[in-house]
Amino acid sequence: MNSYWFVLALCLALVVSLIQLLRRRRIREKYVALWIVVAIGVIVLGAFPGLTSSLARLVGIQLPANLVFTVALFFLLIVCVQLSVAVSSLEERTRRLTEEIALLRAERADSIPSTDPNGPADPTDLVDPADA
Amino acid sequence: MSDGSSGRLLVIIPAWNEEETLPDVLAEVRRTDPSWDVLVVNDCSRDRTSALAHRAGVMVLDLPINLGVGGAMRAGYKFALCRGYDRTVQLDADGQHDPAAIPDLLAVADQGPDIVIGARFAGKGDYAARGPRQWSMAFLSAVLSRITGVKLTDTTSGFKLCGRRAVALFAYDYPAEYLGDTIEALVIAHRAGLKISQAPVAMRPRAGGAPSHSPFKSAIFLGRAFFALLIALSRPARRVRPVS
Repeated sequence: MNSYWFVLALCLALVVSLIQLLRRRRIREKYVALWIVVAIGVIVLGAFPGLTSSLARLVGIQLPANLVFTVALFFLLIVCVQLSVAVSSLEERTRRLTEEIALLRAERADSIPSTDPNGPADPTDLVDPADA
Repeated sequence: MSDGSSGRLLVIIPAWNEEETLPDVLAEVRRTDPSWDVLVVNDCSRDRTSALAHRAGVMVLDLPINLGVGGAMRAGYKFALCRGYDRTVQLDADGQHDPAAIPDLLAVADQGPDIVIGARFAGKGDYAARGPRQWSMAFLSAVLSRITGVKLTDTTSGFKLCGRRAVALFAYDYPAEYLGDTIEALVIAHRAGLKISQAPVAMRPRAGGAPSHSPFKSAIFLGRAFFALLIALSRPARRVRPVS
């Protein structure tokens, strides 16, 4: 029964750390929701091991562990693809902002002679908002 | 303006760390026709590209983030669209494209096409790629000629003239990916209903860097080009609203 509590504790730790990240605004809800669903699913499956076996029998998989692995792999794949989509859309957004900034700079340069074409140096230091 | 009827021309020069060749290119453009407006799109260079362009007295777009050739060109097209230019010519900052050929592109554009490609392998000049890379480029050109219904001999050329409709399209839809700014852009233009044509030009060897002739790299080049082509063909087409 040792492993039972071990897995359960692991899932709880996952949920707690996710909520912590959310509280500190390090992840947005739309991403965290997904992971909380996973964590709750794992807790349920971990708390009731019989559930896995009956589910595996239902879909015709002999070894219950294989069902868990298959579902987990598939799920991770979906999440990865979703993140790639999100990154691509972010890249397009930075691209548009970059264009806008360059166009605005050029407009400003028409009226004000710029001394430093690369703009002012970045006067800020990176501060982790979670530590602030 | 070399030709009053064809309106204002903007020469767009995307530049990334080109301090060695850019001043000569700018001087050469000015010598060819002092009336052309010139825009250098500085793609977040780490050297003095931007300073040298400013000093030469041309217009400069300083991108705060490196976007690649396609990204720099889309920014340039946006600039051209905002300022109401009728035509743009993309010219490489490495001196490969001869500004003296721009009037040839303009002459072809006067016959109506929206895009005129300054093409090697079209009878002018002695620029020759060799081996597998040349076969890849010839193959791509044959496929694109088939798709567009116009004989194109050099579809990977960056030396391109765009009319108003092409500028309006490319200001919003111009791929930043590798080969996206040449091959995919032509597919996008064709599917948006734009007319593509070409003018033979002589190209000079690049001032720096040697093109690769290794079969392995050529295979990768061809693979990526075909992938870009297939994706471009399967994407939904975009239509150009009439430019007011």
